[in-house]
Amino acid sequence: MAAPAYRRPLLYRVLGNTGVTLGGLVLLAAVAMALFAPWLAPQDPYAQDLTARVLPPFWHDRADPAHLLGTDHLGRDYLSRLIYGARVSLAVGLGVILVSGTIGITLGLAAGYFGGTVDMIVSFVVTTRLSLPIVLVALAAVALAGASLSTLIAVLGLLLWDRFAVVSRAAAQSLRSRDFVKGMRAIGAGHLRILFLELLPNMRGALIVVMTLEVANAILLEAALSFLGLGVRAPMASWGLMIAEGRENILFDPWLIALPGGLLCALVLAVNLLGDGLRDLTGGKAK
Amino acid sequence: MSEPLLDLEDLRISFPAGPERLNAVRGLDLRIGAGETLCLVGESGCGKSLTAMSLMGLLPREAQVGAGRFRLLGRDMARARPRDWAGLRGRGLSMIFQDPMTSLNPVLGVGRQLTEGVIATGGLSRAAAEARAVELLERVGIARAASRLGQYPHQFSGGQRQRLMIAMALMSRPRLLIADEPTTALDVTIQAQILRLLAELQRDLGLGLLLITHDLGVVAAIADRVAVMYAGRIVETGPAADIFNAPAHPYTRGLMAAIPVPGRTPRGALLPAIPGRVPGLTGRLEGCAFRERCSVAVPACAVRAPQPAGAHRTECHLATEAAP
Amino acid sequence: MLVYLLRRLVVAFCVCLAVSVLSFALIFLAGDPAIAIAGSGGSARDAEAVRIAYGFDRPFAVQYLDWIGHVLTGDLGRSIYFNMPVTEIIGSRLPVTLVLGGLAFLAALAVALPLGILAALKPEGALDRAALLLAVTGQAVPSFWLGLMAIVVFGVWTGWVPISGLASWQGYILPVAVLAFSAMPAMMRITRSGMIEVLGSDYVRTARAKGLPAGQVILSHALRNAVLPLVSLAAVQLGVLLSGSIVIESVFAINGLGRLAWESLLRADLPVVQAIILILSAVYVLLTTAGDLLNAWLDPRIRGAG
Repeated sequence: MAAPAYRRPLLYRVLGNTGVTLGGLVLLAAVAMALFAPWLAPQDPYAQDLTARVLPPFWHDRADPAHLLGTDHLGRDYLSRLIYGARVSLAVGLGVILVSGTIGITLGLAAGYFGGTVDMIVSFVVTTRLSLPIVLVALAAVALAGASLSTLIAVLGLLLWDRFAVVSRAAAQSLRSRDFVKGMRAIGAGHLRILFLELLPNMRGALIVVMTLEVANAILLEAALSFLGLGVRAPMASWGLMIAEGRENILFDPWLIALPGGLLCALVLAVNLLGDGLRDLTGGKAK
Repeated sequence: MSEPLLDLEDLRISFPAGPERLNAVRGLDLRIGAGETLCLVGESGCGKSLTAMSLMGLLPREAQVGAGRFRLLGRDMARARPRDWAGLRGRGLSMIFQDPMTSLNPVLGVGRQLTEGVIATGGLSRAAAEARAVELLERVGIARAASRLGQYPHQFSGGQRQRLMIAMALMSRPRLLIADEPTTALDVTIQAQILRLLAELQRDLGLGLLLITHDLGVVAAIADRVAVMYAGRIVETGPAADIFNAPAHPYTRGLMAAIPVPGRTPRGALLPAIPGRVPGLTGRLEGCAFRERCSVAVPACAVRAPQPAGAHRTECHLATEAAP
Repeated sequence: MLVYLLRRLVVAFCVCLAVSVLSFALIFLAGDPAIAIAGSGGSARDAEAVRIAYGFDRPFAVQYLDWIGHVLTGDLGRSIYFNMPVTEIIGSRLPVTLVLGGLAFLAALAVALPLGILAALKPEGALDRAALLLAVTGQAVPSFWLGLMAIVVFGVWTGWVPISGLASWQGYILPVAVLAFSAMPAMMRITRSGMIEVLGSDYVRTARAKGLPAGQVILSHALRNAVLPLVSLAAVQLGVLLSGSIVIESVFAINGLGRLAWESLLRADLPVVQAIILILSAVYVLLTTAGDLLNAWLDPRIRGAG
């Protein structure tokens, strides 16, 4: 009874979707910032200058024109540190979904495709993983294994795979009974071939949405862990760590936390908008 | 003669569809007298269900409805607002829907779903409403009705659920009952039972019944009058006997030819189908909508034919000449 | 229903067991927990003493069985730092976290439920867009940063609320609001999408056709169905709030379970960390199981079966 869906060409729909356009642009800017940090940053982000500590940004009277966005408690140029901070956030976001995507998709595909006992075991593992308090376990694991960027990525990757598993399980289940998969079995294709060559490409849409969600999730968790002092190690420039360092001076110089926090929000918001928009465009369901 | 239950002229229903509008119902006239059974027939997508929904004020929000004349149970509904519809639903006007599996709320008890309507609209007490529910459930053929009021929809079979829906529609003692393909979702054996029940109830209670269906076998069994709908318009309307004995519109004749007649249609013979497709409904449609598929179309069909007055009316230039 | 209940309880128990193994094994991530406890500055002799004192020289399975045996009798071990039973320390910190999480949950629900319903009544309407904006923001803002900014604005600039601690009831306002803001979006969105789906359903159309007033259609027919997925999600969110308050407790200097976990990690007080992970997981399992059972009870299709 509903009016037939009216569909415009993909590019128009992408550009017509404010979320995707806006999110994509901000994300692109962040990627550019991270890639070209050494050329974009006006100063060395690690160079301390104890004579020029906590200089305010340009809109203050006391601002130093050499430090556009001021300096931190060790006199390091804030703008440069903010630019380098994009590297940590994006590296974590990307690294984590590489690890978690591999784990989650493998488990989910196996569970959905084979069903039965495999499905039961995977479901149990997912339930167990979900019941772990993620921030605390990540903190403990990073603390015990030794804080570093690579540990952080590994730990978060080992924790954030559940949604990948759930989505690919559901997709594999619904695709399993479809004719083209049955046909593949009939002509004697192996399980692995069907799983990776036939099923995986067919669930692209759903997986892209989960990817954006998990990138945002990983970025926020990295910031929280670094804020608690158990993420990346100083002097590395991470927005979460910068907020922790700026906390001491919060009473008089709130911009120290407002700037990295604002960037963090903008990046996560952009990734989320992109994901929401892509979900609308690919016609997936909200989860 | 008293005023008909429904007097509808030039009903138009359209939806936004991209830059254009989808004109699903394009000038439809319909009349139902008290105690009369009118069958509205047509292929799926011709706008029958939309017409039914518009008679209940239940069209989706984005639908735009207009009518030259829209009198329902003595009220003018041409420019009705939600509040006006509330004055009719459950107060003389009831409806039975297509799919009884999804039309009952799965988490509420059957007794409650039967009674809440009349408690809200008729000011009946719970006890009185339950007594009426038991009476009606027995009337529609559900045994041990009193003990089943506490049960939930999933504890009833498909046919029983449609009986529940019928009882529910009758709770408010309607004068006009709209049934939108009430049997399409049911097994063939149960379809006949439900239709027999509807026909019986219509006669016993003196209901006005608008039965929407694409099944001409049903129509032959139950209708006083028939209206044949095609692409958003009524192309032929008249007393059931006339329509079946002397279908005048080529589309109606096509429909009739597609029904197998026991004893006359040879076993295994191919039933004639109407070639071609229903025209798209976006934008304006000039002339007869059926002419692309019509085997007897003439150049004059590019202009819409006038409908002559009378009990049996046909919207076709060739109606009289082409009749057998 | 009984079969369903038993099955859920068995699964819950198995998940708790699996979590206990994981939380126990976690401390071996450090390679040698004895060195972690003795501190990297400690001598080999110190480490050896710790190893024997805590029984780290025994096989892993034996250590685990010993530990879980005590846990099952209510003995969570002794804190290395406080030299007190872990149960006592946790007992003194848990109530604060429970109150904080519980209040935040109620606040989030009190906003999410009406907002989700109202947004669903007019999808794409002004209120729906505003609610979506709020939800998208709530999901993007890191709660620790929001907490700090709230302290700056409401504690320092305007001085409306105390900037840390829970000495007075005003102290609860900011942490509860910040926690609630992070939990609200998911609940709001599931209410909204559930309501939109249900409002378009055939049985809601039937209810309207019966002549029921709009309020009754929305509250007793639509909401009653839309609330089913919300119950499951709410259980999850409450669990997440309890375990997620670790960051907020650190920001607002609140002596709850989360802060205890963080401090214990920094001073390598591993028995306390293990116990907290186990407790939070068990609470989560308990909550989600309770949510499932509540759902089963709310849905006659499950209630009647088995």
